[in-house]
Amino acid sequence: MATIRYRPVDASRWLLWAATALVFLLLPMIFSGGFAITLLSQMGVFIIFCLSYNIIFGQGGMLSFGHAVYSGLGAYFAIHALNWVSASESFLVSPWTVALLPLVGGVAGAIFGVIFGYLTTKTAGTPFAMITLGIGEMVHAASLMFPGFFGGEGGVSTNRVIGNPVAGVTFGPGIQVYYLIAAWCFLSMLAMFAFSRTPLGRISNAVRDNPERVEFIGYSTRHVRFIVVIVSAFFAGIAGGLTAINFELVTAENVSALRSGGVLLAVFIGGAMFFFGPVLGAVIFIFFAVALSDYTKAWQFYLGAFFVLMVMYAPGGVAALVLMNLRVAKHRLFGRLRDAYTGLLLSGLLLGIGVIMIIEFGYHLSLESARSTVASLFGLPFDAAAGSTWVLAVGTTLAGALTFEFMRRRFRSEWDGVQGEIQLIEDRERLQ
Amino acid sequence: MEFFVIQSLIGVSYGLLLFMLSSGLTLIFSMMGVLNFAHASFYMLGAYVAYQVMNWIGYWPALVVAPLVVGVLGAIIERYGLRRVHRFGHVPELLFTFGLTYIVYELVQLIWGRAAVPYQIPSTLDGPLFTVFSTAFPTYRGFMMLVALVMMASLWLLLTRTRIGLVIQAALTHPETVEALGHNVPRVFMLVFGGGAALAGLAGVIGGNAFVTEPAMAGQVGSIIFVVTVVGGMGSLAGAFIASLLIGLLQTFAVSLDWSVASGLANFGVAVPASNFAYPLLTLTLSQVAPVLPYLLLVLVLIFRPRGLMGTRET
Repeated sequence: MATIRYRPVDASRWLLWAATALVFLLLPMIFSGGFAITLLSQMGVFIIFCLSYNIIFGQGGMLSFGHAVYSGLGAYFAIHALNWVSASESFLVSPWTVALLPLVGGVAGAIFGVIFGYLTTKTAGTPFAMITLGIGEMVHAASLMFPGFFGGEGGVSTNRVIGNPVAGVTFGPGIQVYYLIAAWCFLSMLAMFAFSRTPLGRISNAVRDNPERVEFIGYSTRHVRFIVVIVSAFFAGIAGGLTAINFELVTAENVSALRSGGVLLAVFIGGAMFFFGPVLGAVIFIFFAVALSDYTKAWQFYLGAFFVLMVMYAPGGVAALVLMNLRVAKHRLFGRLRDAYTGLLLSGLLLGIGVIMIIEFGYHLSLESARSTVASLFGLPFDAAAGSTWVLAVGTTLAGALTFEFMRRRFRSEWDGVQGEIQLIEDRERLQ
Repeated sequence: MEFFVIQSLIGVSYGLLLFMLSSGLTLIFSMMGVLNFAHASFYMLGAYVAYQVMNWIGYWPALVVAPLVVGVLGAIIERYGLRRVHRFGHVPELLFTFGLTYIVYELVQLIWGRAAVPYQIPSTLDGPLFTVFSTAFPTYRGFMMLVALVMMASLWLLLTRTRIGLVIQAALTHPETVEALGHNVPRVFMLVFGGGAALAGLAGVIGGNAFVTEPAMAGQVGSIIFVVTVVGGMGSLAGAFIASLLIGLLQTFAVSLDWSVASGLANFGVAVPASNFAYPLLTLTLSQVAPVLPYLLLVLVLIFRPRGLMGTRET
């Protein structure tokens, strides 16, 4: 008996992907400065890395503290491959090799995914988290033991411009590297989205939600976790290969716990339960780590504070916030929240300015007071040693905190009311 | 012999310090299921607060004040931060403490600067305690061991001889039952978290001047105390004690021995030529491998005995 299949073309999804491709294409034309291109390139690489992490974290339910191992080792293998090729003087010396180099990183990542995945996926839950932490620390410590491969403290460097240009492309200028990264990022996003729709991707969601039932219907949860880790390690390796091309340098920092922690932070901030969450998280994280670190020494404080606030008040991440507000907008109830939102944002801004003043002046005093006590903030000069400055900073913070708490309660009641109303409407629609 | 005795004593004193840190971590973990990533941050805070208090009123008050300050801070963090996150599940709780490490790291730099602070051993405890053959054993190491042992004894008495201790012990294994019997488990959580933070703070007070008080000090012991907790067995204080001593001795002996496979083979008359492909691996000395050993132990224990040495459960 023939089964009839009806599969409507999901136009909105195609539109979304086309729009994504267009954004990748147009971004460097809008932000064309050298710094902006570097920033965008790093965002592209980090998007791949975050999405690969989310395959095991958000979709597979495995909390890993050693994901940088795969991207870092992938980066090392890619950079050694590039150096080997450019020394070989064979037909491989061409920009094509550079363009395909991330595959080397990906394969290396996948191979280490097989090795470490075999060891780690025997366990799940907290033991998995701990064993990945152990492996991460081991690889990082080992990277300083074998200077021949890891290059010691200085790392391994390379030159990405090899061979004759192909159609003018040498991968010398930053913009060409950006488009290479953008192409890999787009392809990887597509591939990882497709992976999340495969039966394997679906069963890994099931392993996350209820491993016991998955075992009962005849799957080996360990086997599923093992394959998922390998797939994730492959994409992490691709991100590592692109890092090697982008910076032309790979150091032990690439396999460090700092990098593993960073990707966890970014994915959680973005929202691990949604496919596009890690993309948002990667963009926000790179903004903090690269753009903000140019302006302030305290960027890690702001990142940490932002992260803790997200964990406390929005555990679904930025993606969940966006979707919840879209839901409100869909039901045309946004108008009711407008006043509450304005109050919340203004008081939050006041509180934020107060806290920033305290942090920045404090840093200025503890790090640079020997040179001068005058700190410039928001384009204005402040004397960080003067009492009046601190009265202003602490006063702003207190005023901000008081109004924010008041506004937060008002917003809370408005928000709960609107959510309840939406629930009612949706229930009624379902009954009809 | 001389080498062996001194190294053992140093290893044991380091192990006891690790136990002060990991005992709090174990209590917190087994009661609340929270892997407290910020535990080493409390250790660092203890050292810095002690440095500050010592500058104001001296070392001996600091020994009491700093752990109290850190403990109260821990209790506040539990009450207003962690408890909020508790209902979202264990992963957000863990991530909350993970985010805290960033904040504490930055705040410490904000207040005390990026360089190490001159937190010194008080003059009464400076100098050698006794001499083994020709090597002197520092008094401060002996003091560290004394404080750790006193702390251990009081912790044991608290847990086995007091009412709150019995409630804590019961809540280690059966939190739901304890709650059903009418005990205020959230308040017990807060006390345990604060107490664990205070123990870490105490370890910071006596460890900060034995080693170096700098912003990186939390990161240095942070992962090691996880190793201790996991190797000893999640939720087992006895296991944490054994694992602390084991790792303390392992690290102390490993860093001071320059044995390698190649030198071992040389004893049997086998020379490894530099052209051998495994030469870099075979000539690695034990002291070079030392940083990897605790993690190797962690990975091996998790693979072959996931519940740890003395643990009774896997998660």
